[in-house]
Amino acid sequence: MSVLWWLVTLLKVGVIFGAVLGIVAYMTLAERKVSGRIQLRFGPNRVGPFGLLQPLADGLKLMFKEDVIPDHVDKVIYVLAPAISTIAAFASYAVIPIGPPTDFFGLLPEPVPLQIADVNIGILYIFALSSMGVYGIVLAGWSSNNKYSLLGGLRSAAQMISYELSLGMSIVGVLMMSHSLSLTRVVEDQSNLWYVFLQPLGFVIFLIAAFAETNRLPFDLPEAEPELVAGYHTEYSSMKFSLFFMSEYAAMFTISAMAVTLYFGGWQGLPGLGSLGIPPVLWFVGKVVFFLFFFLWVRWTLPRFRYDQLMNLGWKVFLPLSLLNILLTGLGLVLLE
Amino acid sequence: MPAVLFYILSLVMLAAALLVVLQTHPVYSVVFAIISFVSLAGLFLILGAEFIAAAQIIVYTGAIMVLFLFVIMLLNLRREDIEERGVSLMKTAGSIGALVLLGLLGGVLAGKISLGPQGPFSQEVIRQAGNTQAVGRALFTDFLFPFEATSVLIFVALVGVVILAKKKL
Repeated sequence: MSVLWWLVTLLKVGVIFGAVLGIVAYMTLAERKVSGRIQLRFGPNRVGPFGLLQPLADGLKLMFKEDVIPDHVDKVIYVLAPAISTIAAFASYAVIPIGPPTDFFGLLPEPVPLQIADVNIGILYIFALSSMGVYGIVLAGWSSNNKYSLLGGLRSAAQMISYELSLGMSIVGVLMMSHSLSLTRVVEDQSNLWYVFLQPLGFVIFLIAAFAETNRLPFDLPEAEPELVAGYHTEYSSMKFSLFFMSEYAAMFTISAMAVTLYFGGWQGLPGLGSLGIPPVLWFVGKVVFFLFFFLWVRWTLPRFRYDQLMNLGWKVFLPLSLLNILLTGLGLVLLE
Repeated sequence: MPAVLFYILSLVMLAAALLVVLQTHPVYSVVFAIISFVSLAGLFLILGAEFIAAAQIIVYTGAIMVLFLFVIMLLNLRREDIEERGVSLMKTAGSIGALVLLGLLGGVLAGKISLGPQGPFSQEVIRQAGNTQAVGRALFTDFLFPFEATSVLIFVALVGVVILAKKKL
């Protein structure tokens, strides 16, 4: 581990962290713009050209808001909860490859992988972190000492456990085909054929479970306004509130990047056609942006599910289907070999 | 480097484990248990057992402790409730646990309990085969029967819970 290695790694961490923060900031703008267009409005367009400076204004506003810690909360856990949420959401990005190894046009003596850490259990690492992220929400709900927050936290715990199972099971098919838990290997395996064509059932389950896992509409029951005010972050203000907000968008980004990496070839170009002269990083970003747009599109199109519907769907439909997918994949692999 | 990490992680793990017991508030106990489990996962990582580390976090912190927290929150357990109800039971259980621990510690110190024979999986072997592959191969060949027996056990528990919770389906 030379000085150069440390330098490159720190640089990668900085660039990727900055990029994720930037994308999170602009996701809030995109959300308002897309919702505006879907409802035949313009969305924010006053701050800067096309409202492009709106996230900056929002961020400044949130930072200068008074940070109220209510008297009746459990202070230690109340402060800890948003931090857990944010760390879990941002750290999971470390293992996703955004491009093939590169030496930056000859700047570096040897090619470096374009991901912070090529862990050979990459997928499990992301699942481990996302399961830690649940605590942020649950503890926030509990420590706020408010019945709406508590109910929001409980719902989220139940929802995330239920859907984590289907999410985990749905990608087992991909793992069986790539024979590896490393995301780099999964991407390399898809140079000829994206896994979405081989795993259509797994992908559909993954996508739907992803919506539940990130608490997005139509599954955003932990913060269903008509029933629970703002759910688990009712008692939070200022930057603590915005940390929850940011971690929600960061989680959305991670899950989109995961969908691209696992099912859509990651940084690889179109199957059969190659990269068409477009740099791999742009392929990756383009695909992720499509999925992020998909998240917004769905949010402003579908109404919210009822809580019992959500639970029934998770346990009685998606879990059996994902087990069936594993069985079918196994059968296919045995028959083909 | 690994030695320093080992001491830091073990210290955090032991301190957190102690605080789990010393806390009077159940939610704080859960939080310290989570910290303890995460440190344990770190220790597995130092040993090169990435799969076990990830499984440790996904299963224990990700699923089991969330359920603990869920139940505590659902019942809204407070300090007083516990002190009223189960002190004698808790003390009995604690004493038995302490006796077992002391016995083990004494056994180790007296040299009666020593390390078992070395298995085929040294760190080098695992590094070569890959931790996930090594665990998988061992589980589905040498330990297939215990593995399947455990799954049947869990299934029986599951059925039992359903029957207890829903008397008439």
